[in-house]
Amino acid sequence: MGRTLFLALGIFLTIACSVTGLVILPNWQFQGLKPVTKKDGVKYPMPYFGDNHKGRAEYISHGCIYCHSQQVRMKGYGADIRRGWGTRRSVPRDYIYDYPHQLGTMRTGPDLANIGARQPSRDWHSLHLYDPQITSPGSVMPRFYYLFDEVKQGESPRAGAIKVPDGYPNRGSVVAIVPNERGEQLIAYLKWLNQSFPLPEAQQ
Amino acid sequence: MNVVNSPTEEIRARIEADSSARVVVTLYWASALFWLTFATLAGLISSIKLHSPDFLNYEWLTFGRIRPVHWDTAIYGFGGLAASGTLLWLQARLCQVKLPFRGPLIIGGILYNLGMVLGVIAVLAGYSTGVETLEFPVWAMTFLVLPFVVIVIANFTMYARKKTQHTYVSQWYLMAVTVWFPVLVLSAEACINFGAVDGVAQAIANWWYGHNVVGLFATPTGIAAAYYLIPKVIGKPIHSYHLSLVGFWTNAIFYNWAGTHHLTGGPLPAWTITVGVVGSMMMFIPVITIGINHHMTMLGSFHLLKTSPTLRFAVMGSMMYTVASFQGSLEALRTHQEVTHFTHYTIGHVHLGMYGFFAPLMFAMMYYAMPRLMRQEWSSARLIRIHFWCTLVGTALYGGAMCFAGVKQGLMMNDPAIPFLKVVEFTIPFLQLRTLAGLILLSGTMAFLINFGRMMARHKLTFADPTLFTSERNWDALLEEEQKV
Ligand code: HEC
Repeated sequence: MGRTLFLALGIFLTIACSVTGLVILPNWQFQGLKPVTKKDGVKYPMPYFGDNHKGRAEYISHGCIYCHSQQVRMKGYGADIRRGWGTRRSVPRDYIYDYPHQLGTMRTGPDLANIGARQPSRDWHSLHLYDPQITSPGSVMPRFYYLFDEVKQGESPRAGAIKVPDGYPNRGSVVAIVPNERGEQLIAYLKWLNQSFPLPEAQQ
Repeated sequence: MNVVNSPTEEIRARIEADSSARVVVTLYWASALFWLTFATLAGLISSIKLHSPDFLNYEWLTFGRIRPVHWDTAIYGFGGLAASGTLLWLQARLCQVKLPFRGPLIIGGILYNLGMVLGVIAVLAGYSTGVETLEFPVWAMTFLVLPFVVIVIANFTMYARKKTQHTYVSQWYLMAVTVWFPVLVLSAEACINFGAVDGVAQAIANWWYGHNVVGLFATPTGIAAAYYLIPKVIGKPIHSYHLSLVGFWTNAIFYNWAGTHHLTGGPLPAWTITVGVVGSMMMFIPVITIGINHHMTMLGSFHLLKTSPTLRFAVMGSMMYTVASFQGSLEALRTHQEVTHFTHYTIGHVHLGMYGFFAPLMFAMMYYAMPRLMRQEWSSARLIRIHFWCTLVGTALYGGAMCFAGVKQGLMMNDPAIPFLKVVEFTIPFLQLRTLAGLILLSGTMAFLINFGRMMARHKLTFADPTLFTSERNWDALLEEEQKV
């Protein structure tokens, strides 16, 4: 019995140590992180709100994380910055409002930590999400057509509609698209993603 | 403690243990095979989508939903149930006691399956938590955790009642699983889905969990199976008791810390990554000791691979354990991660581990134990052969294609002069090869399912001799024999 207890206790200790070291300790280290105030008085980072908050839920629900990361590696480690995916490395402060985190571990598609800075156009995002082949022929990203209403030939034009280009082969009778509520929210979130503010700790 | 002395008593105790475990273990393994088939299909769909994105492009089956369903059904559905069945059967046998709490264990098995179904529907419907490997919502996950309470209690009860004097190596690993798994799941759920930690600390907790669910759950069960089956089939004791002791404790201490290498280069303080790299490097110690122990035991008995299905799967598993673990440790190095992180290389590695090491050992376990549980032999040696070769060739093709493509993909991504779409274009032929590998693995699973199903359906037929690769037995001969009876 004594040996059994020793075995069970030893086994328990091994995991207790790593919970402490890798779960409790880091959390304690980052708990004090606060936003910084920019010169113009605006804070960075800002909590998500309204559409970009709801759009984040869409991002999670459609599993964009399985193809896209949201983290820029430092200069000299990989080519993230040289590819234009960011102007500086990502640091813990960038993520203090992220729950659940969406750092990601796969780059079947490009990193999206700064997609809002790199691609601020609602039209571009709409066409790309509706069918990536319109903007990026050869892409393997799925079409998220269900985030859009289609305006067919002969139907009355709608406010905020985006024209589908003439050269698009699968156009059919669709002349324009309008993001539906979920589509607008997702696009708002993508446009919100921006880590370009130069945080002091991210200078190296 | 009453100790079993005579060989006849020992055999009787073994038969009693086996028959007490019949319903429970068969239920767990049959459901494990159901989820394996499901996971393989989901994986195949995901794989096809990555080179032909318009394949089954509906919201519920979009890549970002079917891909997590693939992994969750593989690790919890197949992994969890196959390992639990193994744990219960092996512990009962090694302790030479009857399986206790059979009623609750059956209810537990049913609840577990229910939780799986709910979790899969939730993710497909878009209610994923968004945390990798913990995608199932908490209410579905609860169904997976509750049965474990019974499994843990049953395990300790058997151990307390054991009729043998010594404790076999496999039993240490089984004990470890039952201590680790509940702690692991409960802390991860508390931290991540109940919001005790957020931001990057959550990412660390996430990968602490994601890495450990493989390393502290699947791996120890696989090693326990190898430690049991290899000596059992070849009839020789394990190479060295002391090595197994070293292997066990170093594995227990170091594996825990290795997970953060999944975040190398990420927005974390350097120490967290360094810990992960050191943990991964130290893993060479248990991997080498366990490897020596398994392979040295096999030395001189390789000719038995020609005949024994159990041994073939077990040896494939233990060899792939060495290969995949070496690969995993090297992969953790920063220079390696600079290239292969974020690429298909990681996916290749996971499959070498799960389908090269863990799954074959679970198959070996089933090939060995099912005839003893059902008191009848496998009906077809040919189907076992098909299963084996599909598993081996499929895994090799999968791992080879993905790891090679991953390195090249990483190098291309690290060269900013190459447009991103060129990188995508480069990977496509390899992704197609991966689909082929998936089809091969699916065929193997089908062969196993047929053999398994026949055994369940025809529980009256018995044979005096075991089914070996050299046996001529096949389904037609079996039917003839049946008609004669
Ligand atoms: C199957 C993998 C896959 C999934 C899932 C996926 N993407 Fe993509 N994504 C890609 C690939 C490949 C590219 C690069 C080619 C292109 O622009 O389409 C890309 C590019 C992008 C870009 C443009 C990036 C740039 O630098 O120009 C954005 C924005 C984007 N994806 C957003 C999303 C969102 C939002 C989701 C989830 C709703 C998503 N992606 C899901 C593969 C994927």
